Amino acid sequence: MAVDLLIVVGKALAVVVVLMGLCAYTVLAERKVSSWIQNRVGPNRTTLPVIGAIPVLGPMLTRLGLFQPMADGLKFLFKEDILPGHVNKVYYMLAPVIALVPALLTVSVVPFGQYVDADGVTRPLILANLDIGILFIFAISSLGVYAIILAGWAANSKYPFLGGVRASAQMISYELAMGLSVLPVFLWINTPGAPATLSLVAVVDAQAGAWFVLLMPLSALIFLISIFAETNRAPFDMPESESELVGGFHTEYSSFKFGLFFVAEYAHMIVGSAILVLLFFGGWHPLPWLTLADLGLAGGVLGGVLSTLVFLAKTLLVVFFFIWVRWTVPRFRYDQVMRIGWRMLLPLAIANLIAYVLFLAWWVTR
Amino acid sequence: MAKVIPRKPLTLAERTYLPQVLGGLKTTFKRMVSPNVTLEYPEERPVIPEGYRGVPTLVKDPDGREKCVSCQLCEFVCPPKAIKIFPGEIPEDAPTAHVEKAPRDFQIDMLRCIYCGLCQEVCPEEAIFLQEIFSVTGYTRSELVYNKQKLYELGGTLPDRHFKWEKKRQAAERGHQH
Repeated sequence: MAVDLLIVVGKALAVVVVLMGLCAYTVLAERKVSSWIQNRVGPNRTTLPVIGAIPVLGPMLTRLGLFQPMADGLKFLFKEDILPGHVNKVYYMLAPVIALVPALLTVSVVPFGQYVDADGVTRPLILANLDIGILFIFAISSLGVYAIILAGWAANSKYPFLGGVRASAQMISYELAMGLSVLPVFLWINTPGAPATLSLVAVVDAQAGAWFVLLMPLSALIFLISIFAETNRAPFDMPESESELVGGFHTEYSSFKFGLFFVAEYAHMIVGSAILVLLFFGGWHPLPWLTLADLGLAGGVLGGVLSTLVFLAKTLLVVFFFIWVRWTVPRFRYDQVMRIGWRMLLPLAIANLIAYVLFLAWWVTR
Repeated sequence: MAKVIPRKPLTLAERTYLPQVLGGLKTTFKRMVSPNVTLEYPEERPVIPEGYRGVPTLVKDPDGREKCVSCQLCEFVCPPKAIKIFPGEIPEDAPTAHVEKAPRDFQIDMLRCIYCGLCQEVCPEEAIFLQEIFSVTGYTRSELVYNKQKLYELGGTLPDRHFKWEKKRQAAERGHQH
């Protein structure tokens, strides 16, 4: 009993540590990619005493800026933590925590690989194999907006407040389109008569053949755009919009509290990318119409590691795409964000849903 | 009268923003793979163009003779009064005794110098040049008042087109015939 509990805690810790590590290195990737796009070099000086002194490897790692995240993290820890006099202290302290918790919680239902055990049963690698996976993710990830609203409100200052208001409007607008855009996927995998499921593992299993991005590209596009808006990434970084609102909701935050918001944003982005990969880009299947089982590599530890690696690679590619877009597209104006959400994406998502409902109805009764 | 430029209504594709976004992504990707323009300064140094006006320095001629004769024209012309010259005599037994004068000390306050180049322009002996040193640092103010020795170290030797004093010496030997 106690051993089981320890194993569960260990697994959870491992996943969270990996996620946090990915967050740190995504920040580095953000800085590096932005500098490459702007024909700069990016962080290339931070180094560690021992590893940095290894003849060829050390300078190479330094040049890539691989030690930079540690310096960034330490900076967040050691900077002065300012508690402004005009804030509502309880909510002000609470907001960054509320930002991080949903971001880390959603990862618990994200399957990141699978393996075939000794009995020939395929088992997913997942912290909590919920039957309502996608519903859980939507429910929890939309809690993240409370942190932003709370931060904006508790800071008791005009720019954070505007950021918070914008965040709430934007989240509500895009969550609708996002929810509607994934419905066709679940209509597709739930055939009448069979036990119904909202599990993400089932979605990936259904993509052993064609990936859903090929079957329903419009859904994938709407979902992608909504994810951009939901994770407050450019071109939808309305709540932050550093050029208009100073820093938006986190204007009054400093040091570690700001760090929590920062990590939460990147965690959201990574989990969002992971869900996009699971829903539309075949999860841990290396290519459309090609699974690891087809290659005979699905067994045991090897299968688990390979599927995790494939899944991670795809997720990181999507993360790269997020970063790439951020340094390409300027921010939309607030009214444009609302117009895209309500007058373009939502009708499109509804039309898309109806089209797939009709198609599937015809397909099943054919 | 204001000129009105008619705006074409956007096409459907343009109104989705997607073609423009894709075009932008293409542009940024090209940037991403193109070489950087960053000059990594302390390790890499910029190419100094001909005629660059850096730190003023004193130079010697190819024979190793110090060219300054402490006429003090540069001291007088210097707008921020950065130059201070202490004139001195060349000893009688020196091979260049006929030049008669040389600075005992020559100080340029680098904190005052404005790199205008007037000293170089006014110098009748072509003894002071603004060369390519552009980065001057020090911990104290007095450290940044460069003395004669330091200025010659920085200046080094430059080619000479005239060898004015050598010609004068030869002319004197021939009895001043021109």
